[in-house]
Amino acid sequence: MIEVSHLTKRYGDRTAVEDLTFTVEKGFVYGFLGPNGAGKTTTMNILTGCLAATEGQVTIGGYDIFDQPIQAKRLVGYLPEQPPVYMGMTVEEYLSFVARAKGVPLRELEGQLAEAQRVTGVADVAGRLIRNLSKGYRQRVGIAQALLGQPQVIILDEPTVGLDPLQIVEIRQLIRRLGRERTVILSSHILSEVQTVCDRVIMVHRGRLVAQGTPGDLERQFAGKVTYRLSVKAAPGEVHQALEPVDGVTAVTTAPGADGRLEVEVSASDKGPAMDERISFALSDMRIPVLRLEREQASLEDVFLALAQEKPDPEKGGPKARRGWRMGRGGRA
Amino acid sequence: MSAIYERELDSQLNGLTGYVYGALMLLFAGIYVMVSNLAGSPDFTNVLYSMTFLYLIGIPLLTMRSVAEERHQKTDQLLYSLPLSMTKIVLGKYLALVTVMVMPIAVMALYPLVLNALATAGSVSLKSAYGALTGYIFLGMALTAVGLYISSLMDSPALAAGACFIVLLLAYFLTPLSEYIPSSGLASLAAFALAAAVFALILWRATGNRAVALGLWLALEGALGICYALWPGQFPGLFAEIAGWLAIFDRFDNFAYDIFDVRALVYFASVTAVFLFLTVQAMERRRWAA
Repeated sequence: MIEVSHLTKRYGDRTAVEDLTFTVEKGFVYGFLGPNGAGKTTTMNILTGCLAATEGQVTIGGYDIFDQPIQAKRLVGYLPEQPPVYMGMTVEEYLSFVARAKGVPLRELEGQLAEAQRVTGVADVAGRLIRNLSKGYRQRVGIAQALLGQPQVIILDEPTVGLDPLQIVEIRQLIRRLGRERTVILSSHILSEVQTVCDRVIMVHRGRLVAQGTPGDLERQFAGKVTYRLSVKAAPGEVHQALEPVDGVTAVTTAPGADGRLEVEVSASDKGPAMDERISFALSDMRIPVLRLEREQASLEDVFLALAQEKPDPEKGGPKARRGWRMGRGGRA
Repeated sequence: MSAIYERELDSQLNGLTGYVYGALMLLFAGIYVMVSNLAGSPDFTNVLYSMTFLYLIGIPLLTMRSVAEERHQKTDQLLYSLPLSMTKIVLGKYLALVTVMVMPIAVMALYPLVLNALATAGSVSLKSAYGALTGYIFLGMALTAVGLYISSLMDSPALAAGACFIVLLLAYFLTPLSEYIPSSGLASLAAFALAAAVFALILWRATGNRAVALGLWLALEGALGICYALWPGQFPGLFAEIAGWLAIFDRFDNFAYDIFDVRALVYFASVTAVFLFLTVQAMERRRWAA
């Protein structure tokens, strides 16, 4: 559906997106994930023709967004970070304007307007001025606008930012519903959002692609590396002696803890339940008392953090890059 | 394009600016007609001649929000993502602005007929009155294109209005101002050098690219120096002549003397085309920089 190859965007000497290549297939909800300043908005603006790329190519349904922008844009509905609504218009007037500007034929106009309003739940505020609507409703109007013209791809830039928790849940449900019939790409810096809403994840960091796949794929990719955290009462030498020969253990590190305990971190390549037992038997064979044994499995969050750290970039990035990012409630198993 | 046209027209008619512009035009038209035509003069063209200065206030009011407001409210992102060419978007907006601009003038077009019916001013020549109205509308269309372009360069409507007013004011007084420059070749050269510096300064402020602005300034000044060294005979009076080309308001003068000046109409149409083209370019350039 969408092919992005070697996409690069520079602002003066700052590189916002660098050599980004990925493919978006039909019928999935894609999560475009990365911390603030990772180049998500820049990429989405390029995909929708709002911004020109420095290098690289984007084709949508076979049309090049730079060479055949009109045909390509017909296939895309876009909700920018800030919903592009005219405050002085009513919802109905606004949606009808967008539909006509997108070239929706008159005989389909009424039907499409009604459909977009029904799906996004704005039908009951259709006659109100957008100025008087809450942020959540403006966001819905923005999504309704993106649906007009029946595009095959819906691109949503941070659709849940600035909404209250109830609105967030509603918008996420809406996105899931949209994903049943269309291809949806949404950007987010919140992991839990991507985990709950998306079928595919594209992770970017500092303008580069760091990973892609299903949320499960990415977890599995890293699930090979399971970490066990233990508290034991023993000398470091004994612990190393006991654990290093165990099948599957790749590394053992120790650090002195409180009350004369020893904090041990064991990295293993096998994550089955047998691994827990092997570790605990190995220690009990040496008569080492185990006070605590915890398994830490890689969650999407760990995957993201690990990947982000794996590719350090000496470049400092722009002001946005320094702001950091909010963690979701993405859990540790 | 019709959707863009209607939305722009709607926003003009829902806001105050369109009405302020219309009221201003009609108020002054009324005053001039009263003191001139109703006092006995049958010359309607003189009313329009006196009213060209109203564009100085009217056009910035009318055009300031056209693009700058979209950018301010971030609704320009919608325009960029629409499956419409930028030319169509700009044309739709421009035609809506022209529609609002023409509305009070359409009312004024009734005045010559009313005056003839009242017959207090003797017989008003309809031929010259409607000729001058045509010229007046063409002048307004050209100035609207200038205003639209300036709005497309700015991020806030207030800035756009201010910049547009200054530009129009300079154009309005360009001829009397250029008369202050002595007609000697050296004075002409100095005036060009100053104009080049101002141009480079504006370019620097507009693009934020100091190297390019500085380079262009040096290149312009160098070219001026070379031209002056090669053809010093061409320079006396040259600045005033070029200023005369740019003095857009002066082109209306002939209409006030009962001359239907087709060359002036072509001039206004050319200015319109050039500034609409520049507006499209300015909008396209935002794709690269924004």
